Amino acid sequence: MGFRGRIRALAVERAGTGLPGPELERRLIELGFVEGAEVELLHQGLFGGDPIAVRVAHATIALRRREAMAILVSDEAPV
Amino acid sequence: MSAAAPTIALVGNPNCGKTALFNALTGSRQKVANYPGVTVEKKVGHLTTPAGRSLQIVDLPGTYSLRARSPDEEITRDAVLGRLGGDVTPDLIVCVADASNLRLALRLALELKRVGRPVMLSLNMMDIARKRGIEIDAARLARELGVPVVSSVAVRRGGTDELLREIDNAVASLAAAGVSSWKAPDAGELRGGQREADRLLDAAVRRGGERDVTTARADAVLLHPVAGIVILLAILFVMFQAVFAWARPAMDAIAAGFTWLGALVGSAPLPDLLKSFLKDGLIAGVGSVIVFLPQIVILFFFILVLEDLGYMARAAFLMDRIMGGAGLHGRAFIPLLSSFACAIPGIMSTRVIDDRRDRLTTILVAPLMTCSARIPVYTLIIGAFIPDRDVWGFVGLQGLVMFGLYAAGIAGALGVSFVLKRLIWRHSVGEPFMLELPDYKIPQAKSLAIGLWTRATIFLKRAGTTILSMMVLIWVLASFPQPPEGATEPAISYSLAAMIGSAIQPITEPLGFNWQINVALIPGMAAREVAVGALGTIYAIDGGEGAAEKIGQIVAGQWSLGTALALLAWYVFAPQCASTLAVIRRETGSWKWMWVTFFYMLALAYVAALATYQIARALGAG
Repeated sequence: MGFRGRIRALAVERAGTGLPGPELERRLIELGFVEGAEVELLHQGLFGGDPIAVRVAHATIALRRREAMAILVSDEAPV
Repeated sequence: MSAAAPTIALVGNPNCGKTALFNALTGSRQKVANYPGVTVEKKVGHLTTPAGRSLQIVDLPGTYSLRARSPDEEITRDAVLGRLGGDVTPDLIVCVADASNLRLALRLALELKRVGRPVMLSLNMMDIARKRGIEIDAARLARELGVPVVSSVAVRRGGTDELLREIDNAVASLAAAGVSSWKAPDAGELRGGQREADRLLDAAVRRGGERDVTTARADAVLLHPVAGIVILLAILFVMFQAVFAWARPAMDAIAAGFTWLGALVGSAPLPDLLKSFLKDGLIAGVGSVIVFLPQIVILFFFILVLEDLGYMARAAFLMDRIMGGAGLHGRAFIPLLSSFACAIPGIMSTRVIDDRRDRLTTILVAPLMTCSARIPVYTLIIGAFIPDRDVWGFVGLQGLVMFGLYAAGIAGALGVSFVLKRLIWRHSVGEPFMLELPDYKIPQAKSLAIGLWTRATIFLKRAGTTILSMMVLIWVLASFPQPPEGATEPAISYSLAAMIGSAIQPITEPLGFNWQINVALIPGMAAREVAVGALGTIYAIDGGEGAAEKIGQIVAGQWSLGTALALLAWYVFAPQCASTLAVIRRETGSWKWMWVTFFYMLALAYVAALATYQIARALGAG
């Protein structure tokens, strides 16, 4: 929790989702997950810490961990 | 291009305040219907601009992209591209954006520009953005973006003046729709669009605080893994209580009104058959449906408040994992909970679920939730057959049985959705759970009132058409043929309903049902609790005070415990509600899913009642 970083890449093949890779990639981008955007983990669910709520740039997005796996984030010390 | 009034389409991200803006612009001059062939709501309104122009406004479903992923978003795409034709082809597209959350909206605006129709960007909720120290250079944004940019505050008087002025200007020199260069963007194009949007944002917007402080504080509690769930359950408990308790006086009043109306007709100098049609068919039929109106209004009051507040997305977040285990979407939670009051508003509220499969699953299992119409039947049978004593010293046995019936319904619903997801739709792609958690906002009374009015009229229209015709059909079955002269049995014993009751006797025999139960089940299709009254008619008990107790005494003498338990099991699962089936037909837009629901529930009910009766008999209670 409170983990912060910057999106390095979208690697859809890492996501354990039923959605085809290109489709998942487009959906993530539509919700603002593009390379270079700042992200911060805000909340997680009770069971297995799933789903999670992520601050990306200026919006808060909820998603499941298996889709979030596609978002590669470079560790970055909080500014 | 439309001949008469120019059409303005409102397009924007979910939660951008688009509907509030639509309400502010059109007020009560709006109409909600469905787009042909789909169950997406079509909201069209009218307004007169300060310059005296008459305009038509279409509120299109919220989306992040024109690359449609759900039926709602397809409507937005097709309307914007002019594919739907008719009255929703826009002459001007107003892209509505939450001024405090512009990033994703700007990307959508860039996409809208490619459609080749005039576009305008409206920065909505400017008041909130200013309060949070966000400064937007609208002139710069307009220059960079290449479309007019105005600010608006939907919820304040005069907050739409600037927007209306700009619309007036735009409409005065309206260019014909150009050629659309839009095509579904691939990931690269989307990425490029977002980069461009981020550049615009850097150029024209200065941000103050990082997050909305109120939202951050509230979410620290409301989205807390444990506290969040406890609070959600508490909210649901209040909601559930309200639907039952607050609605009661209004429901009683409506029921009394219809009884009075029935009595009035009953004493009128009319032929008996006409009297019976008016009283038992029309008035009783419509009355038995309209009586649910208070529950529907209260339920939707809660749903709309929670939705406008921004809490609904949080509820889905909290419940996603729990619901997901049974193959249900997090958003299915509220519709299913609503179905404890009545499956009709529950099924109507599945519109919050975007994905078609998820929505269909929810609609199919919603009638298994124990609705309030089952309660009179449960109370009657439990009161007559289950001894009023405590088990383990403190739990009432009758209450325990009641709880068991609720639990059986829930287990049934979870089981069916599990089967649907894992066996029937196993090859289909699971919709991922991804949604924006908007900042909290205070709900506006006007939007609430308009929302409630819309729900109430939709329900009443349905009660007046589909449901009414089913009621009349059931009355015909229970009334024809007429009893012969000097008949001694109650009239229903000579009817088609009785014939059907006797005809299906061999089928219901293994369930322990006698012909009286079979007959009562037919008018019970109108509404479950009507079966209680029908039993009274069949056993020739006069209505009025204490009728239910008398029925209880008689059935306690005539039925075995096995039969009673089997009937309870039947009622947990049986599709004994014509109105629900009519609403499923309406909401899924197909007869197919109505019949699927009917037959799967019938099968479940039969198996459950059969097992119950046979086991009870084997244990000596048959």
